[in-house]
Amino acid sequence: MGMTIAEKILATHAGKESVSPKEIVDAELDYVMVNDVTGLPAFEVFEEFGAAPIREKAVLIQDHYVPNKDVASAEQAKSMRDFAKKYRIVNHFDVGRGGVCHQIMIEEGFAAPGRLIVGADSHTCSYGALGALSTGIGSSEAASAMATGQLWFRVPETQKFIVDGELGNYVMGKDIILHIIGSIGVSGSLYRSMEFYGSAIVSLPLSDRITISNMAIEAGAKCGIIPPDEKVSTYLKDRVIGDYSPVYADVGAEYEDTFEYDAAEIVPMVAKPHLPENVVPASEIDVTIDQAYLGSCTNGRIEDLRCAAEILEGKKVHPDVRMIVVPASKSVFEDALREGLIETFMAADAYVAGPTCGACLGGYMGVLAAGERCVSSTNRNFIGRMGHKDSEVYLANPAVVAASAITGRITDPNDL
Amino acid sequence: MEKNIRGRVWRFPENVDTDQIIPAKYLVTGDPDELAKHAFELVRPDFAGNVRKGDVIVAEKNFGSGSSREHAPRALIGAGISCVIAPSFARIFYRNSINIGLPLVECEVDSGDGAVLDVDFENGTILDAKAGREYTFPPLPDFLMKLLDVGLIENTKRKLERMKG
Repeated sequence: MGMTIAEKILATHAGKESVSPKEIVDAELDYVMVNDVTGLPAFEVFEEFGAAPIREKAVLIQDHYVPNKDVASAEQAKSMRDFAKKYRIVNHFDVGRGGVCHQIMIEEGFAAPGRLIVGADSHTCSYGALGALSTGIGSSEAASAMATGQLWFRVPETQKFIVDGELGNYVMGKDIILHIIGSIGVSGSLYRSMEFYGSAIVSLPLSDRITISNMAIEAGAKCGIIPPDEKVSTYLKDRVIGDYSPVYADVGAEYEDTFEYDAAEIVPMVAKPHLPENVVPASEIDVTIDQAYLGSCTNGRIEDLRCAAEILEGKKVHPDVRMIVVPASKSVFEDALREGLIETFMAADAYVAGPTCGACLGGYMGVLAAGERCVSSTNRNFIGRMGHKDSEVYLANPAVVAASAITGRITDPNDL
Repeated sequence: MEKNIRGRVWRFPENVDTDQIIPAKYLVTGDPDELAKHAFELVRPDFAGNVRKGDVIVAEKNFGSGSSREHAPRALIGAGISCVIAPSFARIFYRNSINIGLPLVECEVDSGDGAVLDVDFENGTILDAKAGREYTFPPLPDFLMKLLDVGLIENTKRKLERMKG
């Protein structure tokens, strides 16, 4: 019987010829990642084992609450530094050397086709864009995985998503995944592996594909995988750590469901509060905003910044709006500086900050007051996600964020 | 783990995400008791002050969605919650809960706030005596029941021993 990409990757890593959905397998992991927020509980659990971590598999990334926002976060970040020193873990990305964990996992060559990667952060599913099976876990499991190098998995059923056709102006990966989540709902892929196909997916740059895989978790999925092509191998050249083998689905692979979409019908979207499934075309709502946020593992890459800067070039952010730009990594920041994008943002009166998770999770900076609204290139618009319980987050692509920052209301960039 | 529990119900809607269970600004500790002080702070401000040891959460589908934060089930354990009942759970929350000893039951239950439920994990029954309703659910597979019983820490220690051998 044929296998899907997720089934094949799990079979390979479990040392089996084949696996089937619902089967439980013990699999060998390629990497285990934790960030500063999920790291502390993991390190505490780890000490219970009386073991040493498998050093080359552990990746520690400071991104949520660094540079330390208060004493508690300072202690938390310090626990990661202490753990890295104690066990001589070289893959530790501290302030000034890294950025948002998922961007670092991709930029630094940890993520690659065919790999099995877990991370104590739900958006670990991002690396599916490179053909990896990557998924989020909790802190205790991360500790266990760092000690054993293995983890159990329930082999997921796979759903196939086909997006064919040509994408319109300012329609990005974000709009494709929001459109899909809008159609299947936030639990539409619960426990499932999503596999993405079609000419519209193939035409997308890697950056946009990462956005799609990144938000697979917003449909409840275990992973969201895109078959790797030459765009992936070109990106990984001189970057990837070690060897890798691309994995593709068999011709006879069995899919639980197949969903087909016409790319021409997808427009710049927003997801209204308080669920990513509440999608509407950006042109169809009339809502004023107080903040515009550009950044995160979802849309904080150089391609996203270029897109927003092009719209903001020579313009000013609306006087009633604060625009915040947070490049997803040091490397993205450096590219943006070199290309003059930072200058464009600052000339437009946007605030630019160093690479962190920034305002995405409402605990660090860019926090919203009661009644305030933010159009955001991030992934979640839950109640209180970015601050007060009566604040609102509208998820959108970087072009919609930039256009809305200029007009002061949610705006389809095609209407500018 | 207790095989039978009796607990008072806290009722929640569908798609309760882990940001609701424990807002991100409190993710600077892993201590269950500390986290419990802020459980459901934004959406259910009466929860932390009134929850009693042994209480049960009954929710609609997709409980625990969103962030991977293990702080969410830790906060519920700190609050004394003895089990969470919902028709479906988000997968990371599900794994986290089993790993740290918070029993989850996949079942659709109508009971509202303040109802009292008797849950029998081995036989897979939930009784709302006052409402005269009994629900059945498939007990956890053996593999997960053992993990829930032993806990991930002990389970990992045993695995490390086996790997040495």
